Amino acid sequence: MSLVFAAICSHAPGITGRANMADPAVREPFYAAYRRLREQLLAARPDALLVVAAEHFANFFMNNMPSFAIGMADRYSGPIEDPAWIGIQRTSVPGDAALSRQLIREIMQTVDVAFAEEWRFDHGIMVPLSFLTPAYDLPIVPININCQGPPLTPLHRAWALGEALRRAADVVPQRLAVIGTGGISHWPATPDSGKINEAWDRQLLDRWVRNDKAALLSYSDVDTYRDAGQGGFEIRTFISVAAAARGRGHLQHYVPIPIFAVGCTIATMDIDAS
Amino acid sequence: MSLYQLQKFLYDINRDESVQRKYRTDLEGLLDQYELTGEERGALAAGDIGLIYVLGANGQLLMHYAAFLGMSWPAYIQAMREGVAKHGPVRAGVYAMTTHVSEKVAGV
Repeated sequence: MSLVFAAICSHAPGITGRANMADPAVREPFYAAYRRLREQLLAARPDALLVVAAEHFANFFMNNMPSFAIGMADRYSGPIEDPAWIGIQRTSVPGDAALSRQLIREIMQTVDVAFAEEWRFDHGIMVPLSFLTPAYDLPIVPININCQGPPLTPLHRAWALGEALRRAADVVPQRLAVIGTGGISHWPATPDSGKINEAWDRQLLDRWVRNDKAALLSYSDVDTYRDAGQGGFEIRTFISVAAAARGRGHLQHYVPIPIFAVGCTIATMDIDAS
Repeated sequence: MSLYQLQKFLYDINRDESVQRKYRTDLEGLLDQYELTGEERGALAAGDIGLIYVLGANGQLLMHYAAFLGMSWPAYIQAMREGVAKHGPVRAGVYAMTTHVSEKVAGV
């Protein structure tokens, strides 16, 4: 089979953890967009969901930091954060080790990835899942790109990972969905938390919607840090999804919500089979 | 400056309940396990979020340690502002402050 669904979405922990501090007038339309994304995901009837995420030192640290890592377990847990802090109860999340193993073997033909038979999901995965699969009943394949501990994964390698993901998805029998989670410009967990460069975000999203590879890969880390903060490094996850889906994107929601520390984003992308 | 060791401590305490228990029962013994400068050790022993931020800790590590210490989100943000006001700009890492210390970016 192949990819049957592709999307990107925000994962900031404030989305669930600081829900009661946000203005309902901006919060509720964003939550509604997330619920629509859930309906679209389910309508595609996926057998499993690949989550390309930017992990934040929940499992991987600078003692042994993989550029890419893919989970290979039948069972994961999360959130690793304090449940009261993130507003999500601790739970068990199904995986599919056999599917992961097939995908990893295929991806490794072109991209070196680490694999992990243990993985405790942090907000990068749990916040999206709390909206998209709130019963945690769809098998997840977690995929991490190093967006946190420099030297970071180069953008063109994030693109290569997306291409490899697509090749792998094309050779397994399951119907697969993929989402990329992350922020665009943001300065999370600092006194700057809440700062959002909307113009930069909209330019990135325009490039993503057009699936303009050259433009998406043209950002330098120096420029991203200056214009979009350390959180801007997470554009890697969006880039991988564009490379995997190959189609045109559809921006469904973008609204800066400072108390959530990010421009809250929901977008889907057509799967180009050519 | 041993930012790696400081951040390793934060990584360990954020994810390991046995480390969290040791923090509460044998803080000095726990800190002995890390090669910290005197300033880093003092900041951790005091739970001085503002100074730890200035020393360069990644916020994705620091915010969970602040939550472990019982700090609310506004208190965490304010502690970092006060750290910069008292100790000067962030000295290392990628989490340098870019707004004014009196600016409440998200209203908290």
